[in-house]
Amino acid sequence: MIRGVALAGCSLLVFAAVPVLLPVYQVSVATQVLIFAMLAMSVDILAGYAGRTSLGHGALFGVSAYVTVYWVAVAGGSPWVGAALGIVAATALAAVFALLAIRTSGVYFLLLTLALGMVVWGVCLRWSTVTGGENGLRGAVRPAGLTGQLAFYYAVLAVAAVAGFAAYRFVRSPFGLTLRGIRDSESRMCSLGYNVPLHLFIAFTLSGTLAGVAGALNALFNEFVSPATVALAQSVQALLMAIVGGIGTLAGAVLGAGVIIVLENTVSAYTERWPTVMGAMFVLLMIFAPAGILGSILGRGRVLLARRASLSERPIP
Amino acid sequence: MKRRTILTGAAATLACPTVLRAQDTPIRIGVLAPLTGVVAAGGREMVDDFNWYWSGRNNEVAGRKVEIVVEDDGANPDTALQKARRLVEQSKVQMLFGNLLANTGLAVANYVKGTGTPYFIPIIAADDLTQRGRIKNVVRVAGYSASQATRPLADWALKQGYRKIATISQDYAFGHEQCGGLAQVFTEGGGTVTAQFWHPINTSDFSSYLGQLANSGVDAIFTMQTGADGTRFFQQYSAFGLKDRIPLMGSMNAADQSVIRTMGPEVEGVVSAAHFAEGSDNPSTQAFVRGHIDKFGTIPSLYGFSMYSGAMWVAEALETIAGRTDDPALLIDTVLKTELKGSPLGRPVKLDDYGNPVYDVQIRKVVRNADGKLWNVPIATYPNVSQFWTYDPVEYMKQPPYSRTYQGPRRG
Repeated sequence: MIRGVALAGCSLLVFAAVPVLLPVYQVSVATQVLIFAMLAMSVDILAGYAGRTSLGHGALFGVSAYVTVYWVAVAGGSPWVGAALGIVAATALAAVFALLAIRTSGVYFLLLTLALGMVVWGVCLRWSTVTGGENGLRGAVRPAGLTGQLAFYYAVLAVAAVAGFAAYRFVRSPFGLTLRGIRDSESRMCSLGYNVPLHLFIAFTLSGTLAGVAGALNALFNEFVSPATVALAQSVQALLMAIVGGIGTLAGAVLGAGVIIVLENTVSAYTERWPTVMGAMFVLLMIFAPAGILGSILGRGRVLLARRASLSERPIP
Repeated sequence: MKRRTILTGAAATLACPTVLRAQDTPIRIGVLAPLTGVVAAGGREMVDDFNWYWSGRNNEVAGRKVEIVVEDDGANPDTALQKARRLVEQSKVQMLFGNLLANTGLAVANYVKGTGTPYFIPIIAADDLTQRGRIKNVVRVAGYSASQATRPLADWALKQGYRKIATISQDYAFGHEQCGGLAQVFTEGGGTVTAQFWHPINTSDFSSYLGQLANSGVDAIFTMQTGADGTRFFQQYSAFGLKDRIPLMGSMNAADQSVIRTMGPEVEGVVSAAHFAEGSDNPSTQAFVRGHIDKFGTIPSLYGFSMYSGAMWVAEALETIAGRTDDPALLIDTVLKTELKGSPLGRPVKLDDYGNPVYDVQIRKVVRNADGKLWNVPIATYPNVSQFWTYDPVEYMKQPPYSRTYQGPRRG
């Protein structure tokens, strides 16, 4: 617990110091890291704590971005209201996804969320009178006070800190424990009298809210949205970030988002073959650290603690 | 002695700061192109021809070195945006060039609207970037707007006696706009567009469309395609036996070198309209084509031609302002006023008041050249075609942008 607080405090300090230490472009990279960290966290809540791996979160993220940009650039509304509407839309869509998907698990859940995400992508691509089709929507979307790179970064950092804390409390709550119970044995939780579908429904919907927050911030950040934002690749990337950081460790999502985005940015500056390098990295990571970066570190720590504990128990032969 | 040199230097700096600065630092140009993803081949050609132009002048303009920083946009608008940020904010480029897909270009255009960085788009054809949604610092040097060249094609079709045509096109804005230009002029000239088919990008099987086209009783068919869809469409059109029955007109990208250089007799005889025709007998065009073959072994495509000419356009503008890049507004204004003299088209090209070039549009036909290679040869010319055809720009821009449902005003 204390270690967790220290970790959170340290990472908050690091992120707060980014604009002081790094040039302005790196600030925009850090902004992106924070936004995608929230998306990866929303995937991790389901994948890591409820045992349901979703490939539909890119769509929730994208719908929120679409609604936000549409509200500001096309309908001419306020960015604050737009972002709020975006989050509501993502939450509502997540509820629909949840109703359809929670009855399944494992690979079926994966495929069902993938299909639902593809439906959203198809709608964004084809409904061109509203979504701008392939070309997407764009305009001056950021609120007046946040047009500067720095101000926007700190705003995102504040939102990310609150969202991260909320997600942390959520998975540590009795509700979160129930989710972990469902992950480990659904039938046992059923027979203990827990309403498994309701728990999954709420978890999916709230995770959708978090994806929506990330999507709305992304809309304000890029001031642009296109079908690429809701595409399958977005869902896969979010899942990869969660996996690279370590599934079931919320902080891992931040780490995973950071590693992937920073690597992408660095490697692509040196070689056109950067997707190959990224691919090779994922393969190596999965071979040598299947639990992800943070997952492996924590896991090793846990093993050490367990060993010490068993050693101290040994003197009673 | 040393101190004196420094003092003299300082005095000189004070006396003419811009000239000194102009000669000291290189001009940095950022190029965004899809080097990975579905259109990577076109992106490669963009970068190659852009670099080829600059290496031809020793990477120098107005006494300043030119440094080119290339970034891969991955054919994805979000990536393109991030890379544009990096070029402007980290690599400190003074101008941006490129992008291939309209959505990547629109994303970058929206970004440079805020930064004021000059952004040149020789490939991005989205109509509104030089029309209703014009951004001052986004200039289509050596490019074209989507509906610009299909309008003369419609006029040519009417002159061939075609009265009924059908269109089949990829279902996205670039296709809607090209078909829209054609449909509007063709309809206004007394013709009828009997059917319009929109198929998804990356359609592998056209049989359902070809069946309907075969029985549509039209005089000619227009197809808008890019990349591999074009190859497949021409092959299947020929395989269905339609090639000898219904004349086929294509968009300039459908009949572009990037598509036809790998094809055979199935694409021969396709008529399209473009400002550039690699088979033109103009000596400047032929010098460019021969140079490209010597350098890369292929006949240049529109992608290569556009980036090469675009680089030349900006270079000519930089010559007239002694290589000054410290004032983006000055650079943009100079580019807008510059009449491109050395164009491979062999005739001067100027921009209209909205930053889009005015061209002599060629009606071209795919034929075999002396080496047995397929290329486009001009068969008719429409001089001075602007993006507004014969319409009044202000009146024209009151009509909505072309879309799947809006293909020009309906007749009476």
